[in-house]
Order: sequence, then C-alpha cells, then structure tokens
Amino acid sequence: MNSKYLTTIGLEVHVQLNSKTKIFCGCEIRFGAPPNSQVCPVCLGLPGVLPVLNHQAFRLGLRAVLALRGTPSKRIKFDRKNYYYPDLPKGYQISQYDCPLGQGGALEIETEGRLKKIRLTRAHLEEDAGKLMHDISAAASHVDLNRAGTPLLEIVSEPELETPEEAYQYLTHLKAIIKSIGVSECNMEKGHLRCDANVSVRKNASDLLGKKVEIKNLNSFKAVKAALQYEIKRQTEALEKGEAIPQETRLWDDLKQKTLSMRSKEEAHDYRYFPEPDLVPFFVTQEEIDRELASLPELPKEKAERFARDYGLTTYDAGLLTQSSGIADFFEDCASGFPGHKTIVNWVIGPISAYLNEASLEFEALKLAPETLIRLIKLVESGQLSFQTAKEKVFPEVLKTHRDPEEVMKEKGLAQVSDEGALDAWIAEAIQAHPKVVSDFKSGKETAAMFLVGQVMKKSRGTANPGKVQELMKKKLKELV
Amino acid sequence: MTPPPISNDSEAIGPPLADETGGGVSEFNLKHIASLARLHFEEKDLKVFESQVAGILKFVDELRKVNVDGVEPTSHPLPLTNVFREDEIKPSLNVEEFQKNSPQVRGRFFEVPKVIEDKS
Repeated sequence: MNSKYLTTIGLEVHVQLNSKTKIFCGCEIRFGAPPNSQVCPVCLGLPGVLPVLNHQAFRLGLRAVLALRGTPSKRIKFDRKNYYYPDLPKGYQISQYDCPLGQGGALEIETEGRLKKIRLTRAHLEEDAGKLMHDISAAASHVDLNRAGTPLLEIVSEPELETPEEAYQYLTHLKAIIKSIGVSECNMEKGHLRCDANVSVRKNASDLLGKKVEIKNLNSFKAVKAALQYEIKRQTEALEKGEAIPQETRLWDDLKQKTLSMRSKEEAHDYRYFPEPDLVPFFVTQEEIDRELASLPELPKEKAERFARDYGLTTYDAGLLTQSSGIADFFEDCASGFPGHKTIVNWVIGPISAYLNEASLEFEALKLAPETLIRLIKLVESGQLSFQTAKEKVFPEVLKTHRDPEEVMKEKGLAQVSDEGALDAWIAEAIQAHPKVVSDFKSGKETAAMFLVGQVMKKSRGTANPGKVQELMKKKLKELV
Repeated sequence: MTPPPISNDSEAIGPPLADETGGGVSEFNLKHIASLARLHFEEKDLKVFESQVAGILKFVDELRKVNVDGVEPTSHPLPLTNVFREDEIKPSLNVEEFQKNSPQVRGRFFEVPKVIEDKS
C-alpha cells in the first residue's frame, strides 16, 4: 500500500439476537422454514396492529452492550426509519435514532504484534427486513417475510481501523465475544452476523477525512477483507490520478471480486426518522444491568490471558483456542487430565481445526469427547501409533463413528510397527526392488536413502515407525557400500 | 450511513422533519418528500398542499421558540414505560389467509415488480 495515503475504516455489524421469537411479535424465528410461514399481522405490517418489545431481545442486547464495555442508556426509545423497498412491509423499519440501547464501549484487537483498542460508537436494537429473491423468475422479484422482524443489534465502531487486516481482526474478536455470552449463535451461513463497511482514503498531509464510501453485501469476514483491499486500491488510484472520490454506497460482488456503485441508494439515505408512536419509552433499570453483569461468563480475552498464564501457552495459541467457547472448554477438559498441554493445542489448532474448516462445521457438531483425544494422543506418545497415521487414518474414523481410537487402530491394522524383524523384511524388499537407487546411494547420493525409506512406509501402509526405518535403512545401506 | 447523533435529555427528540443533510424545517421540500413516500400529486394539488404544510411547519417553528430547558422530553403521549412481551411463540398466520389481500403472489411468495440494483 502506498504510504502516502491513510486509510480509515469503520464497521457496522448487525448481530441477530438469539431469541425464540421476533422482536415485536410472537412469530417463531426458524431458519429454513417454508416461505411466509413465520408471519403475523404485526410483521406483515397490516394496518391497526401494535408492536410490543420482546423482553428477551432487550436483555440480550443489553448483555452485549455490557460485555463490550459500553454504557447502557438510562432511557431508550424507538424510531421509524422510513424508506420504500419491497422487503420492508410497513414502509419503515423500527430502529433507534438518538436514544440507542448502548453508547461507547471498546474492543481490543491484535495488530502487528501489539494490542490496539477500537472504540465503539453505539449499539442499537432494530428489526430485520424480509428477504428478496430475484432469480425465481426473470420478470418479477419475490418476497419472503419470515425474516422480517427478527431482532438485530447494530454495533457501530468508531472509524479507528486502519487496514483490512484490522477490520478482519475486529470482526473475529467481536464474533468471539458475542458468541461466548450467548447473545447470538453467530452462524455466518444463516446470516446471524452481517457487516457494512465505511472506508475512506486521504493524503497523509491533510487532516481532513476523505469522502466516505459505504460497502454493502459483505457476507463473510473474508469478503470484508477482500472488499476493503479492493476499495482502498481503487480510491488510492483515483487520488493518484487527481480524481475526486464521490461519497456513495457500493455493492461488493463476491464473484467478480470488486465493488460496484449503487446509484439507487443515493436518495435512500433520506430516512426521515421520527419517534415510533406505537412503542412506549423504556428505562433500563440498574436491577437488569446487575442481573446481566452477574451472569456474564469469562470473556474470550480474559480467558486467553488465563490460558496463557495457567497452561503456559503462547498468546497466539491462547487466542486461537478462545475464539470459540466450545473449543476452549474442550481444551480445558483435556488439559485437566493430561499434562501435555502443547500437544493438545497442536491437535486442536492442527487436525481438528482443519477438519472443521473443510467440513464447514462448528466444533460442537463433532461431539468429540476429551478422553477420546487424550487416548489418541497417548497411543502416539507411547509409540503404538505414528502421528501421521493417527492424524490421517484413525482420527477421521473416530470423528465419524465415535469409536475408541485403539479399537480403530487395531481393527484397521494401523498399529505402528517398530519390531526390527518386520522392518528388516520390508527394508530388504525395498533394496531388492530398487537396485538403481541403491547404486546411486553407493556413488554418494545420500538422499537416495530417503526414497527407500518412503518405499518401506508405503509398503507398510504408513504403520512402520519412520524413525526406526531411517535408522535401520542407513545401517543396511552402509553395510552394502 | 453516518450514525445518528445521540441526544442527551435536554436536546430535542429526533431530527428535524426535513432531510438529514438539508436545512431546517422552512426548507421542507414537499415534492421530494412525496417522491420518497411514493406519493404522486398533480402539480396544482402540490401548490395547495405546499401552502398548507408550510402553515403547519410555521406553527412548529413557533413552538421551537419555547424555552424547554430542564423539561423532560416526551416521545410518547401515554404515561407508560417498559411495556414488554415475554419471548413466547404465538401461532403465525396461514399463508392462504393473508395472501387473499395480496395483488400478486407466486406460490408462497409475494410477487413484486422486478427490483434491480442499479449497478455501474
């Protein structure tokens, strides 16, 4: 990035609150329900109906504000944000304008090895819009209002993020906190966490912020990073050419990996907010604040510090383990009965994380018992099973069938062979089958030995003890020279 | 969008009726507001409404002159606060029932004119 320019990024994150029903009516929130099956006169915006605030949505929002070190407003109210779009049945969204649920707060991120505090502007409650579908037919768009009225908490950061990586870090930390306090499942596929980004680029010399560009349609943290990278490059290039950057809303196209201007949104910013007359004001009581504070669990950052301290982990490892409370709990359960903490960490952030990423699963879905992993680790440590075989053959099978690792190992004949007699036989076979390689070795090509070791590993289907094979192979070859 | 200002209690509730970027109430642009609300008026009617709305706004401007220092703002006329419902599932409506009133449906969906994002 050209150091002549400074980048300023602010994020608006919409978190879906984990209540059973919608924010202003009793319709169930159920992902994947048949279209328009979870609707009633209130969320359909029929005339003459009254919204009533869901107490649980309010509590969850309050909980998030407190966990993010924000200040709950004493008195909150709701406002109508007016805009016309087919996914909004009432023609306005019930949101909060000047008396949001929470103000301020902060989040700490790690950037280039140091901690950086990102302050929050505010957090407010609002209802979600419905879902529009454009590909059912070419001539019309289609509306499903199941999502309309789902409770959201919009969390707005101060424009204090300076790189796409910092934005990514911010989102990762925010997600970890929100999830750990049970406010949202934070399932990205189900749209539980959505993000808009504001970004501006300006010359170092001037103090004024550049024109702000808002990017929408960011469906994953990866998309946020890519869109910001693209947008910073685009704006920098425009400034280089002496072009002005208009203040506008742009849409991220994940397929084309670029942002596109959304002209239609220009005048839509005129929302004509006014107080929602159908909802009374609310006072946030100290009693409710105290109740939420008392039930807040240990937050990811505190947990990471404790892990680093109590288990002797690096800050990096502790940070990774505490991104999900399921993983953190699993680690603690494992660590309580087994002193090889670093080995457990390596399994969790290695094979287990890789498996989760590949299968797009949350840790909880594995239903992996801590004792199972410990038994597997012990098989490796006692030399009965090689790490490679444990990782590639036994572990996937254990995850799939929930069987005992030793049983799987025995049944599949995967136990590590360290017995010299058995190994010698394989070695002799390999030497006999590859006379050319043996003569290479004789003429001084030391690496030829590794090829033969590989042959033995293949022959043994990975069960031969690789250290032992190397040792014996070298001995055998030296005898031949 | 720019986050709205957060009021402390001595400030007015809500923003002025005019657009966020525009000036005060006196610069109220009826045509613009009508187009945002998807309302269509004949030019001659617009003139009439404009003068009527201007009268109302002038009255509101008058009210703004009142000194309200130390007066708790009212965002709701009823003397009620903290009216909640518990998070309990209530039956939803039957799709056939509420779609009776819909001008156009397709299966379980509401059908609307094609909405195309204006990209460039």
